[in-house]
Amino acid sequence: MTSVSSTASAPLKAPLAAASPKGFDWFLAVAVVACIAASVRAMFYTPADAMLGEAQKIFYIHVPAAIVGLYLACSLLAICSLVYLWIRDERLDRLAESSAEVGLVFMGMVLITGPIWARTSWGTWWQWEARITSTLFLWLLVLGYLVLRNAVESTEQRARLSAVMGSLAALLVPFIHLTVLLFRGMHPPPVVLTPNNPQKNLPPEMRLTFLFATLAFLLLFFALLRMRYRWAAMRDARAALEHG
Amino acid sequence: MSEHVREQLHERVTAHAGERVTGIAHVREPDALRAPSFVADAWRIARKDLVIEFRTRSGLLASAVFSVLAVVMFHFTWDPTAIPAVDLAPGVLWVIFTFAGLLGLNRSFGLELADRAYDALLASPVSRESIFAGKMLANLAFVTVVQALVLPAVVLFFNLDVGAAWLPIVGVVLLAAIGLSAVGTLFAAIAANTRLAELLLPMMTLPFFIPLVLPAAQLTSLFMNGRPLADGMGWLKVLVAFDLVFVPACVLAFPFTIEE
Repeated sequence: MTSVSSTASAPLKAPLAAASPKGFDWFLAVAVVACIAASVRAMFYTPADAMLGEAQKIFYIHVPAAIVGLYLACSLLAICSLVYLWIRDERLDRLAESSAEVGLVFMGMVLITGPIWARTSWGTWWQWEARITSTLFLWLLVLGYLVLRNAVESTEQRARLSAVMGSLAALLVPFIHLTVLLFRGMHPPPVVLTPNNPQKNLPPEMRLTFLFATLAFLLLFFALLRMRYRWAAMRDARAALEHG
Repeated sequence: MSEHVREQLHERVTAHAGERVTGIAHVREPDALRAPSFVADAWRIARKDLVIEFRTRSGLLASAVFSVLAVVMFHFTWDPTAIPAVDLAPGVLWVIFTFAGLLGLNRSFGLELADRAYDALLASPVSRESIFAGKMLANLAFVTVVQALVLPAVVLFFNLDVGAAWLPIVGVVLLAAIGLSAVGTLFAAIAANTRLAELLLPMMTLPFFIPLVLPAAQLTSLFMNGRPLADGMGWLKVLVAFDLVFVPACVLAFPFTIEE
């Protein structure tokens, strides 16, 4: 891409300036502080699990990241893609793009923290368990979506093609989950230790830490989403200046 | 003019010479989706692609050579004393099917981009849906032919005793081929619009092939081991459901891949 500043005159820069945010991003700052506070609380002010020990504390990162990255970001991506094909609003496309990219980071967090915990509790880094496998496939799917986005030059075409993929991906996810569940059903994994659903019998201190961490991650997600969305808006404004 | 464009123009002229004699510029009919013309148009497009493939044989040759090479390579990475052939073969079979299919899918729309033949196809009085159906049919035929080559090759090189399992395995192969060509055709159409084209297609399609290849490989393994279908009913259901959901979904999604 060529630089705008060399050729564009001052009035042309106006839309770009309008799209670019000014000042300090307070939202992001609050989210980061909340995440740090949640980590501090999880590490120093929450009792360790009697059976799983200190390793259980990864739960306060892992599960909120899964809620945000898998459920929130992926649903947002699917809904924005479907609605885009219907009403063709470019803001929906930017939102889909932003949630895919930010969601990928959170899903990556799930995939990194999962094996670290599994090593101490299950004895293996990687277990082809249904949820882990689904998460991995979903991560690869979103990665493919983002690669597709990068491979298309025109803004309108990029939005349209990636919305098609996003909509089909929404149909695919139940199939992947079903397949993976069936696969596990046939090959029961050698579970060293069965972690019972921690939310059911979570003591109050742990539950509070978990809720706090989830809230912090939600804040972080929306702060990053907002940042990424603004960047996408600036990029599109710049592309409009250069080509149209 | 390339062979392809000539073929396409010929198709257009012959297709509509009998139907209209007015000579007025043709406007796309509102009843373009009417069943008979839909099927006829789809068939014409599929036939065009298959005729080109039959005359050049480039895609089929590449896929066939790749498949045989892959079978041979798999054979040399395999320790027959550690893993019985019947346990390894289904995986080998489906990995090769998937990648050989991808080789053909890449050509499906790549072919149309040369000499801007795609524009001619889109300008012709044919509904978007029938273009997709035609392309998908041609790809289905291509994938099926490749599979008809790979299946005996794997059976031969791995010394498998398939016996009475032939028929159910062929059924599974066909079921998977339908879903594979539907999703593959749609993503080939998407990839044709991008800078990375051939590189992008596997990245987009392989996650979509998981609910096809996994059940198909499981069912193949089931039949090769002589177990009854009742053991794999769940897999069969996933396979059939995938076809039932994704064929219509891809037909509906295809018009969105085209610039209006």
